[in-house]
Amino acid sequence: MKIMPCPLNGPRNISEFVHGGEVRDMPNPTTCSDKEWAEYVFYSDNQAGVVTEWWLHAASGYWFIAERHTVTDEIIRTYDPSEIFKARVEFSAESTAQEVSA
Amino acid sequence: MPFSLLKYGLKSDYPFEQDADLPAPTELKPSYDVVIIGGGGHGVATAYYLAKYHGITNVAVLEKGYLGGGNTARNTAVIRSNYLTSEGVKFYSESVKMFEGLSNEFDFNIMYSQRGQLTLAHTDATVRAFRQRAEVNKHFGGRTELIGPQEIKELVPTLNMNPAHMPVLAGLWHMDGATARHDAVAWGYAKGATQRGVELHQLTEVTDVIVENGKVTEVKTNRGTVNCGCAIQAVAGHSSLMAAKAGFRMPITTYPLQAMVTQPVKPFLDPLVSSSALHCYVQQTGRGEIVFGGGSDPYPLYNTRSTLELKESLLAHAIEMFPFMANLRLMRQWAGITDMTSDYSPIMGLSPVENYYLDAGWGTWGFKSTPICGKTMAELVASGGKVPDLIAPFAMDRFDVFRQVNEMGATAASH
Repeated sequence: MKIMPCPLNGPRNISEFVHGGEVRDMPNPTTCSDKEWAEYVFYSDNQAGVVTEWWLHAASGYWFIAERHTVTDEIIRTYDPSEIFKARVEFSAESTAQEVSA
Repeated sequence: MPFSLLKYGLKSDYPFEQDADLPAPTELKPSYDVVIIGGGGHGVATAYYLAKYHGITNVAVLEKGYLGGGNTARNTAVIRSNYLTSEGVKFYSESVKMFEGLSNEFDFNIMYSQRGQLTLAHTDATVRAFRQRAEVNKHFGGRTELIGPQEIKELVPTLNMNPAHMPVLAGLWHMDGATARHDAVAWGYAKGATQRGVELHQLTEVTDVIVENGKVTEVKTNRGTVNCGCAIQAVAGHSSLMAAKAGFRMPITTYPLQAMVTQPVKPFLDPLVSSSALHCYVQQTGRGEIVFGGGSDPYPLYNTRSTLELKESLLAHAIEMFPFMANLRLMRQWAGITDMTSDYSPIMGLSPVENYYLDAGWGTWGFKSTPICGKTMAELVASGGKVPDLIAPFAMDRFDVFRQVNEMGATAASH
């Protein structure tokens, strides 16, 4: 079994984890164009090499970031998202609702 | 055909096919009207139809390995058209029809075998979805119907009707379902294309695609640079990487898909059987081996390595379906690389680069599309970029306008 070093739970079987996709900046859904939103949701660099991705430890509900090589299947480094995200990201449901009703 | 067979039968010397081989390799020419990147089934089929129907023969197929050595050789060779959307069913059923005549067209046996495909439903929700698929399929001329447990038992007497405590409630019986020898399809097309003047260059890797003023002007290879009037990328498993060379991104994520095969046993399984809930499909080849396949791996990778966990889970499900298989030995396993799109439909047609055409996003549905894909891509190229109606719904920009062709339910692990 392949082992994923979880920053919270230590080394665990990779089958306990869920792949969450590339780490990328989300455009503001209330102001971005449809094309920008589609780029964010569907398009991907899909690189062969080292990628930075979200992963979830399903059993503990813990999201973290892993650097992984997509050709050699090596996990290079895993860390807590607080290393990248210094401030809390707010999702304003109100501004989205206003946009829709307008 | 039967008379030539009889003639061979009466001959004392061993019959041989005089033009069986592909032409000897030549140097690359400095320029081609059409460059096809990727010498798998789709690439050579496109070249074949360009030459056959459109008289375009100044074509080079550039293959980094050998003919049909990529995912053409790694799929589990399922041919079917029982999809969910009208766009999907129309496209795949055209392909099924073309497969039926391929051996005759090539004068070369692709070992096409129309044995039918049976997908099992274990929940009421799946039964409802199957009813819809059966109706859509019939509407477009396919032979698909919903059948009950009694008929399933008659079709597949060895099937456990209560696998993993999930009783088989009904089955989607697709009589057009078939299998064929995947290598032979690539060989047949390659032979037909090269006989008509197309050049197939194996061991020729495209290292860069040069785009000037929004148009492809030349492709760089490990054997030199060639100018091209237009280029087609048909590199299933590496679509995003090739697109990056041409300067754009694609809505694709790439995963491996593992499959495996047992030692050969007596013929016992005629249809191709898959279970929607167990994510497992099982078929017996003409040689008696049993082929197992499932869904793509759980996380993206450009690697055909094998994992024990996938074998364990897939085989546990296969043994639930056919308990006696627990006594069989696994003979070999392999993996293919699947370019998955979020709606489980391909990406065909135009790209952001004017004369660069896409044949991509072939996830787990590429082999069954080979003939129709070659035919429609050839039409697209020959018309200078006029997208045929059949593939218009699969344009890459469907994602930009949120008009996906959702085939997930009819695709995931049911092949």
